[in-house]
Amino acid sequence: MVIDEKKSTLFSRIGSRAAFGMAMFELAPGVDDLMVLTGDTSTSAGLDRFKKKYSEHFLDTGIAEQNMMGIAAGMASEGFNVVTATFSPFQTLRCLEQIKMNLAYMQHKVVFVGLASGVVLGNLGYSHCSVEDIGVLRSIPNLTILSPADGAETAKATAAALKHPQSVYLRLTGGANAEIVYTEDYNFEIGKGIVLKDGEDIAIFASGTMVAKALEAAHKIEQFGKSCSVINMHTIKPIDAALISDTCKKVNLIVSVEEHSVIGGLGSAIAEASASIANKPPHIALGINDSYEKSGAYEDILEHHKLTPEGIATSAIEGYKSHV
Amino acid sequence: MQLEPTIVSSINNMANRMRRSILEVALEAGALSSHLGGGLSFVDISAALFGHVMKYDTDNPEWKERDRFILSKGHGVLGYYSALYDIGVITKEELLSFEKSGSFLLGHPVKNRAKGIEFSNGSLGMGLSLGIGVALTNRIKKRKCISYVILGDGECNEGSVWEAAMSAAHYQLNNVVAIVDRNTLQQTGSNKQIMDLGNAADKFRSFNWFVREIDGHDIEAILQALLEERPQEKPLAIIAHTRKGKGFSFCEDNNAWHHAVLSRSQYEKAMEELPTECRGESW
Repeated sequence: MVIDEKKSTLFSRIGSRAAFGMAMFELAPGVDDLMVLTGDTSTSAGLDRFKKKYSEHFLDTGIAEQNMMGIAAGMASEGFNVVTATFSPFQTLRCLEQIKMNLAYMQHKVVFVGLASGVVLGNLGYSHCSVEDIGVLRSIPNLTILSPADGAETAKATAAALKHPQSVYLRLTGGANAEIVYTEDYNFEIGKGIVLKDGEDIAIFASGTMVAKALEAAHKIEQFGKSCSVINMHTIKPIDAALISDTCKKVNLIVSVEEHSVIGGLGSAIAEASASIANKPPHIALGINDSYEKSGAYEDILEHHKLTPEGIATSAIEGYKSHV
Repeated sequence: MQLEPTIVSSINNMANRMRRSILEVALEAGALSSHLGGGLSFVDISAALFGHVMKYDTDNPEWKERDRFILSKGHGVLGYYSALYDIGVITKEELLSFEKSGSFLLGHPVKNRAKGIEFSNGSLGMGLSLGIGVALTNRIKKRKCISYVILGDGECNEGSVWEAAMSAAHYQLNNVVAIVDRNTLQQTGSNKQIMDLGNAADKFRSFNWFVREIDGHDIEAILQALLEERPQEKPLAIIAHTRKGKGFSFCEDNNAWHHAVLSRSQYEKAMEELPTECRGESW
């Protein structure tokens, strides 16, 4: 799928969920034996137009996620290209064992899409937030985990996931009027992080909505006289170990930032990948601090956990002063 | 529906051969132990399916038009592997490698379509959903194949069974047949003690399934239930009243045999209870 400025602006304005729905609508004619399942969430997934035009490729499985993943696997086992989509907590933790057995263990390929992951629905309470999804899924073999940075990358990741041979968890974060990272077409390759900005003192690894915030944070960091790399780690699994290794050899401090618990997500994946690198730089891991405190408005939760450009920049500079 | 008497007796013979195979596997497994009780309870059903009802091609196990057998109560593998051996899909050597290192025949099914194993099971409550996914695909592809799913009555404690049951009726899947092995026992006690399933037939009926209730060891009744005309807009549930450990007096209805080690003396005693023609050196 080719991205241009107009499309990128539109995708980020409507938010990742609607961008996913539009991408599916556009991609559908090119996918053989496509079947999209939702758990009474077609509107939330931006799939209403898809459902109307491609009704024979759409199935609502009701509010029953365990059954949804079993049906998805049954169809995938017969050669269908199956996509499932519902809110992230219900798409992951609710049916986790079905993901293990039916997708990972038996290697049936399904793209399962976690809508509104992270804390964008903080005003609805933590029942509707998803800060544990990557942590639990990462320990399951035979799964790929993608966390796109903006609307354009959501479309790119959707297209790549459909072609990928393995099951993919597509983690969608952020709301409408999301910040834009990509305004022109680029090469999206599963498993390959993207260096968006090069610097030599600090490197920020970010995923999802945190990529745009990291870019802004990097400019603030530079005002303190430190040059800063920003790397979009859109693929959490398999983690781009080569890029992490190269970066660790170059900079004095690494920072990971994610809209996910500090346990088990991108930060953990980077720490695991870099653990055996001799003299590796110190690592500041930013994310949701292992708590369900401070639910409420999205921006307030992010601020509370220092997941803002100011919070990231301050944490990085303080980390640099105390550890380097 | 009138069945030819030869069919009933041939399925009965197959079931007895399968029981012999199960004894051999359980003895060979030794201290590894096996789920003898829940494997024996649906042997007659399994024999009816593999011996007469289901269409498949042993030379082409992945034939798209085949009926699908899904053992949702995955611990019942002895009633599955013994059927695959009887129809010639797996060899005696493979059968006797049960649960040993390197074997593809583990204590719960591991997907291996070339060897007749449709799905990996073992975590209860998942097989019916898989069968529905396959059935939806077969309906779209206009294939006349049926998903036969074997459920345990203990397994019906799992809520996901009922998510699946609701959906099969909602989608009006007449190509799904769920057979509940209603042996009334589960791992640590009776259904009634642990979690009472109550009237299984009424439950499926209330989920809008077409239901038949039978003696799960009456071959003729099993065949009739599977083959007789039924409504075209509903999935079929067969509540098969069975006895756990059926066929051998020492383990019949005895829940100590849910998962246990078969001794040589028990094996020998059990052999005496098989018809003479099933006791020979070759099996």
